[in-house]
Amino acid sequence: MKFRTRAIHVGNEPDPATGAVVPPLYLASTFIQPAAGEWGKFDYSRSGSPTRANVERTIADLEGGCAALAFASGMAATHCATMLLNSGDHIVAGSDIYGGTFRLLHKICNRSGIQVTLCHAHELDSVAAAIQSNTKMVWIESVGNPQMTIADISAVAELTRRHGAILGVDSTFASPVLVRPLELGADICMHSATKYLGGHSDCLAGVLVSRDPELHRQLYFVQNATGAVLGPLESFLLARGLKTLDIRMREQCRSAQRIAEWLKQHPAVKRVLYPGLPEHPQHELARRQMNGLFGAMISFEVQGDFAETKRICQSTKLFGLAVSLGAVESLIEQPASMSHASYDAAARAKFGIADSLIRISVGLEDCDDLIADLDQALIPG
Amino acid sequence: MTKPSSETKSGMSTISVHAGEARQKATGSITDPIVCASTFTFESTQSVIDYIEQKQDREEYGRYGNPNEKVAERKLAALDAAQDAIVFSSGMAAFVGLLMAKLNSGDEIIFFDECYHRSREFCFKHLSRFGVVTRQVKTGDFDAMESAITPRTKMLVSESPTNPHLTVIDLEQFADLGKKHQVETLIDATLATPFNVRPLTFGVDYVLHSATKYLGGHNDLLAGVIIGDMEKLESVRNLRGIMGGINSPHNLYLLERGLKTFGLRMQRHNANGQAIAEFLESHPRVGRVFYPGLSSHPTHEIAKRTMHGYGGLITFLVKDATWEQTAKIIDSVKIPRIGPSLGGVESLIEQPMVMSYFNYTPEDRRRFGIDDNMIRMACGIEDTADLIDDLRQALEQ
Repeated sequence: MKFRTRAIHVGNEPDPATGAVVPPLYLASTFIQPAAGEWGKFDYSRSGSPTRANVERTIADLEGGCAALAFASGMAATHCATMLLNSGDHIVAGSDIYGGTFRLLHKICNRSGIQVTLCHAHELDSVAAAIQSNTKMVWIESVGNPQMTIADISAVAELTRRHGAILGVDSTFASPVLVRPLELGADICMHSATKYLGGHSDCLAGVLVSRDPELHRQLYFVQNATGAVLGPLESFLLARGLKTLDIRMREQCRSAQRIAEWLKQHPAVKRVLYPGLPEHPQHELARRQMNGLFGAMISFEVQGDFAETKRICQSTKLFGLAVSLGAVESLIEQPASMSHASYDAAARAKFGIADSLIRISVGLEDCDDLIADLDQALIPG
Repeated sequence: MTKPSSETKSGMSTISVHAGEARQKATGSITDPIVCASTFTFESTQSVIDYIEQKQDREEYGRYGNPNEKVAERKLAALDAAQDAIVFSSGMAAFVGLLMAKLNSGDEIIFFDECYHRSREFCFKHLSRFGVVTRQVKTGDFDAMESAITPRTKMLVSESPTNPHLTVIDLEQFADLGKKHQVETLIDATLATPFNVRPLTFGVDYVLHSATKYLGGHNDLLAGVIIGDMEKLESVRNLRGIMGGINSPHNLYLLERGLKTFGLRMQRHNANGQAIAEFLESHPRVGRVFYPGLSSHPTHEIAKRTMHGYGGLITFLVKDATWEQTAKIIDSVKIPRIGPSLGGVESLIEQPMVMSYFNYTPEDRRRFGIDDNMIRMACGIEDTADLIDDLRQALEQ
């Protein structure tokens, strides 16, 4: 069956007890066992619950993994992956990554004696140079944030494997509609499922999908021991959102392509970072790796200083001023003051997060309406 | 007014996502909170009095209104280009709510006869107990409808498209007939949805949707809605507050959430409906196919003139098949589940003779046009090729 059909049916088998076409939402915290010392399929809902298990199955199927784990947030998922490492281990991460991941690596993982080196994940030599004898994990994003750099996942996977390390790919910006990192050789695929997978800005969730059952078993051990699991209500909303993932994503990518091309010719715009534009440095790679689509996130620099950029972000009427992304509602933000504020000024300068940079998440609204909204906001105030 | 133009269509997705909601919500939350309160408290006696004197627009008791209900109603009204919408606990509750508010003992209503069997049942078995007379005329026969009108006639009722024959009504003619005789008109547009047709723009007085179907869209909630002018709907809103067939805040949130992808889902339902109807029509085991998007459909020309697309529901006959042979096809499909209802992301399939008319006599089934070899398929939004492959293997077993 094709992707869209599986997104609707896998993990959503009708309820055998009642025939309900949508599986029931089980809120139970604990489950009655057949006998003392004899365990049923579910025992305590931190260890597993029917509604969470269903959505984990759907996501594992869509990513082409052996199994998935659902977490309370994307950061809980990423944290679980980093807990595979021990004191003295080293992790190599892309420099164009989510500010929250940057903070986790530099301010939390370091406390456990884990060392971090950042590299340009879209330059293979840079990744190779960062790898040390104690490197146990490489962590990249399938579409970088906010520079929209594209790493060659197969090549990085090959390099990582040669060094006996694990490759984790945060594929939040791409979603499995565009990229399936496990099929390209990654070991772990991570999502902030709050974004495209849930898609409606109304549930926080994270997932880790594994290629190998043994790795899944290790991650499950950490998840169960530390407990940042996804609740049943959010699991239900996530499953509901997945049913329209394919059509949402395709429509949003189509609009984003049009908006990127429109921004490019706008006099108030200095440059546009979007993998679907031919001048994007990894445009050809994106074309090969992203299923013919280029995502629905666009970063662009405007002609203007910090204050003018801030004014533009505050002037839209349809685009909401907020961090996060991937939902039906379009959003706009200034990375320097919002999503990447956890970088200090020096780090922002080093990683190209200019004051005049704006990041937009293209939603499901009509594309003409979105362009008209950006147009009125870009008129100098 | 003709079918929705490309201009009115262009903003449909924006309406779906944003209409009816406050741009800035309390706490800055991007989505509406679910307000579960059964009652709403007042700051002081003066604020109670202000509310009673209509100086303050706010909620009082859950049966009379709720913030989640208001948002869903505003969004639904915007989608149908209407002033107002009133949400009920189910499509039938909405239908009953409108008729109970508008009809008195001694009044008469006239129906086009192809309709949901429970609507018919309510009118003949229950409205009749209150002295309301229901007349049925052949679907699309406007002369018959006009001759059935008497000075006591208060409402003309039809579905468009009808269920399960998908007959499309000329809405302008329907509305004009009502206006000519000063009789109000109601269209159940559940199968069309405002994406494909907006009956109010043709002059129809009331639109009914079972919002359980395409509007909710995920087969996980029940809801109904009556849409029209605010003044005409005031009595319906007041009676709902008394009869109590309201929807719940949790459900209404799911409805609001479902509406966000409404425009997108309808494009897929329309595309799947058309492709699968064409596939079925070309298949040697299939006899007649009822789908307004096919040129073979008796009301194709009206549909083409008035509708933007034709939805996901298809009815077809299996050539020379008994009801048991027909059932075998239903039991052989792998993707659509067997079940009543329609309009959700999951495809559903059923045999009307078994699902809805099993306890009717063969004469009654014939009268309502329910053939033993009839299958009704509600196309979901799955991949088109998957659905066609599945139907093909079931037909060729």
